[in-house]
Amino acid sequence: MRGMRITAAVAAAVLVLAACGSGTTSGPKTLKIGFTASQTGAQELTSKRQVEGIKLWADQVAKAGGIKLKDGTVLTPQLVSYDDESKTDRVQALYTKLINDDKVDFLLSPYSSGLIKAAAVVGEQNGKIMVTAGGADDATMEQGFTSIYQLYTPGSKYLTGAIDLMLAMDPTVKTIAIVNEKDAFSTGVAAAAKPYAESKGLTVVLNEGYDSGTTDFAPLVNKIAAAAPDAILGGGHFQDGQTFAKAVFDKQVAARFVALLVAPPEPTFSAIGAAALGIVGPSQWEQSVKYDATTAAAAGATWYGPAVADFVTAYQTAYGAAPSYHSVGGYAAGLVLEKAIEDAGSIDAAAVRKALDALNLMTLFGQTQFSTDTKTHGKQTAHQMVYVQWQAAGDGLASQVVWPVAVRTAPILPRQ
Amino acid sequence: MNLGALLPSAIDGLLLGCVYGLAAMGLTLIFGVTRVVNLAHGPVIAMGMFVVLAVASGAGLNPYIGVLLAAVVGLAAGVVIYVVAVDRVINAPELTTLLATFAVNLIIIGTATTLLTTSPRAVDVDLGALRAGNVTVMGTHVVAVVIAVAAAGALYAFLFRTRLGKSVRAVAADRAAAELMGINSRRMLALAFGLGTALAMTAGALLATMFSFNVLSGGTYETKSFVIVVLGGLGNPTGALIGGLVIGLLEGVTAVVIPVSWVPVIEYAVFVLILLVRPRGLLGSRQ
Amino acid sequence: MRATLHGLHGLPRPFLPVLLLIVAVVAALPLVTGNPSLREELFFMLLLVTLATSVNVITGYTGYVSFGHIVFFGLGGYGAFWSMQVLGVHFLVAAALGVIPAVLVAVIVGGAVLRLRGAYFALATLGILEATKAFMTNFEPAGGAVGLSFNFSVYANYGGAKSAAEMAYVFMALVALGAITASYLVRHSKFGLALMTIREDQDAAVILGIDPARTKVAAFVISAVFPALAGAAFFFKNGIIEPGSAFDLTRSIESLVIVVLGGIGTVAGPVIGAAAYEWLRGFLITNPALASFQLTIAGVLLLVVVLFATSGLVGVIRSRVPRARGWLE
Repeated sequence: MRGMRITAAVAAAVLVLAACGSGTTSGPKTLKIGFTASQTGAQELTSKRQVEGIKLWADQVAKAGGIKLKDGTVLTPQLVSYDDESKTDRVQALYTKLINDDKVDFLLSPYSSGLIKAAAVVGEQNGKIMVTAGGADDATMEQGFTSIYQLYTPGSKYLTGAIDLMLAMDPTVKTIAIVNEKDAFSTGVAAAAKPYAESKGLTVVLNEGYDSGTTDFAPLVNKIAAAAPDAILGGGHFQDGQTFAKAVFDKQVAARFVALLVAPPEPTFSAIGAAALGIVGPSQWEQSVKYDATTAAAAGATWYGPAVADFVTAYQTAYGAAPSYHSVGGYAAGLVLEKAIEDAGSIDAAAVRKALDALNLMTLFGQTQFSTDTKTHGKQTAHQMVYVQWQAAGDGLASQVVWPVAVRTAPILPRQ
Repeated sequence: MNLGALLPSAIDGLLLGCVYGLAAMGLTLIFGVTRVVNLAHGPVIAMGMFVVLAVASGAGLNPYIGVLLAAVVGLAAGVVIYVVAVDRVINAPELTTLLATFAVNLIIIGTATTLLTTSPRAVDVDLGALRAGNVTVMGTHVVAVVIAVAAAGALYAFLFRTRLGKSVRAVAADRAAAELMGINSRRMLALAFGLGTALAMTAGALLATMFSFNVLSGGTYETKSFVIVVLGGLGNPTGALIGGLVIGLLEGVTAVVIPVSWVPVIEYAVFVLILLVRPRGLLGSRQ
Repeated sequence: MRATLHGLHGLPRPFLPVLLLIVAVVAALPLVTGNPSLREELFFMLLLVTLATSVNVITGYTGYVSFGHIVFFGLGGYGAFWSMQVLGVHFLVAAALGVIPAVLVAVIVGGAVLRLRGAYFALATLGILEATKAFMTNFEPAGGAVGLSFNFSVYANYGGAKSAAEMAYVFMALVALGAITASYLVRHSKFGLALMTIREDQDAAVILGIDPARTKVAAFVISAVFPALAGAAFFFKNGIIEPGSAFDLTRSIESLVIVVLGGIGTVAGPVIGAAAYEWLRGFLITNPALASFQLTIAGVLLLVVVLFATSGLVGVIRSRVPRARGWLE
């Protein structure tokens, strides 16, 4: 709430300034950015992280005096957001409201692929540019959209990378179980993982979905135990992933490798104690991975925005917790939009769209480049994922980056 | 299909079924005495969960003190709900009492969402596990079963051994006749609502010691309670307990032979079928 | 009942045309002003009008509390969506096809469960809703838990996304007007009288020569058709359908709340109830002080209506404004 009030105060101040400075083309202006947040419902926790990232970006830009365009115009971001209750039809009603009533200039996305898909339809209907974070679904970005831009590495890569990592760790793994939440994102991820696993000579001994909101995993875990796979791949979002990991531990399922979506990279995943040990998770971002002007140059990209360490400190100060990739995703969405507006030199949709299409950016979130193919327009093509594993560290647990080898902080360990 | 999961899943299902049964007993007791289908059942279960959270994480006490407290709070809350929302419309058509209790549902969920948010919560209770072969039974589950059975037993002792309990049963059997016998039926109705709510909150409290939860978690158990209550015969507490075991077992066993996500389809299909074929429930009296 | 007697004995009053005209004029506002946000809001309100008016036929007139009534909305939505995506038919054809599964369920399952009375019927409809939702969650040809979504280019066939949304809106408005008309005609027919006789005393109805089973199923079918059409329009506009939003128990209860709020068993009640409900929700959501207590306030108001104003807003208006009695049915 305090954040909202501060934002409102900043907005009010900006409005006053804008009123004083009217009459000239340059001077401070508000840049209205709209999105919905899941303050209640299934996506609440991760959505909150993403929104924290977005707010931090807006606050920092405002503090630094706004976005300065070539013609002297200064834009101060003003965030407009509503609670979407994690429901798709709420998302659609609210995005319509943001566009038509609040007259926002640009859109950022809600959290989770299902909600983004719903928001994208409305954004596209109204020709508004939306930079999405928190959504990795492939199918959404293969609809011939013109104004939707995806920051996350697409979902089809989440578990295929984990399979590479697993086979590098232990080539004797032969059987796997794929168990996923039955939502848009996780189903898509699992659907891409299965043929990839089979192409690597693995046998899928169990392939099942579970309903969103499941808290009792005993029936599923009993089934996994009976099938006795060498490895378990799957999961869905935070709460179910954490509960699932705990059930696998409690039932002493002896899989050597367990990789779950979304949950492991969140710092609070380790609240389940020893049950977190050895669990692997794909992550869109980890603070130990270096992104700077040097890596940008190596990748042929432009470096932009604050250094990773500065961001982490600022985030810690603002929210008293370490950022997860969901937080950085929100921050980076703002950053990418900011850069595109700077490049375009205006907030004209066509100009910003052109700037986004041309972008090849390296930020603290990693590399960003969008597909310009008409069929997959806006899909992320350059961002790389890393994989983390919870390992023992003294008395407690620490999340280590274990893959790719070039950026790892510790070698991967088989689960005991 | 791998039948290796049959035994562990059957045992897990039965254990959990006891707790389902306890929650359903609360719902069915309320219906049996007051003829009200309590749509605030789910939020009440969730309240039980949060009592445990407050006691364990808030006050740092043993979570099972929270279970006991949930029963006491439940009794009081049930009486309050009856007096405020139900008493005035106790003789009105179903829709009125359904919506009155639904209004209570909205009030509880709305207030709880605002005050507590819908963040996932968990009470970490580690009582170890019993292991034999491929069967693992969590300590929390065993304790939950013991408490559920004890609570059910206490309810029976109350209903059949005490004067007050007999009055409640008299009101359930025939409200007008009970009035003629000098029983204050409104008091008994309120008491029944309190007892039913206490059972639901106790069940919720036990669930909190086993699984993670949030403000909205009661919903799943509410619909499950409806299924169980119909299975055991609306208004029949013994039926509810047995219905709970049946549903628990059904969940565990069917999950072995079909994909887990199909289990609810079977569950609700059975529910509708029972209503059509034997609306009085499997254990209900023939009519 | 008194109002009906008024209507029968007094001069015929143009109640239906007036009600339809008001709804039509309001519905035309966003098309005239070209305000998409108002259009979105009114779309939702017309949807609620349709759902509440329909459930009122079986619950208000006939006395059967249909708790899972939203199942017809979902079936219509899925039927239409699937037809558009797989068969590639035009929206209007698809909407008509979407009615088929809804009517089938109403006839077959409805025929069976309408034998149950009171709480048993209410619970059975809840079971049907949950069973259908669970089934669709697993039914892969309809997309399973993920549901179905259009490729965005589909809207090009309707002159772009914007005009598709407008077409869906006009369709929704027509469905709402149709539902109101049907509700009025039922209320003023021999058939409607039979329904109300069943509500008051089913055994007496049998003595009067009414076939309760057939009559109830007919009422159930009427109350299923309009939600199915509304589902087709709603999900066509959204471009996405999934079991969670198609078979939402809360929305099901919401329509019963609207019926009671407006005035159960009346023609105008569900319309007034829907308008009041949407207005109230809009007010609560946009009021920063009250927004977080939105549900709590809604609950308290519902409780007040249920406990103290059982005849709903229509009842309140009638008792305050005696002259409105003949006009408000």
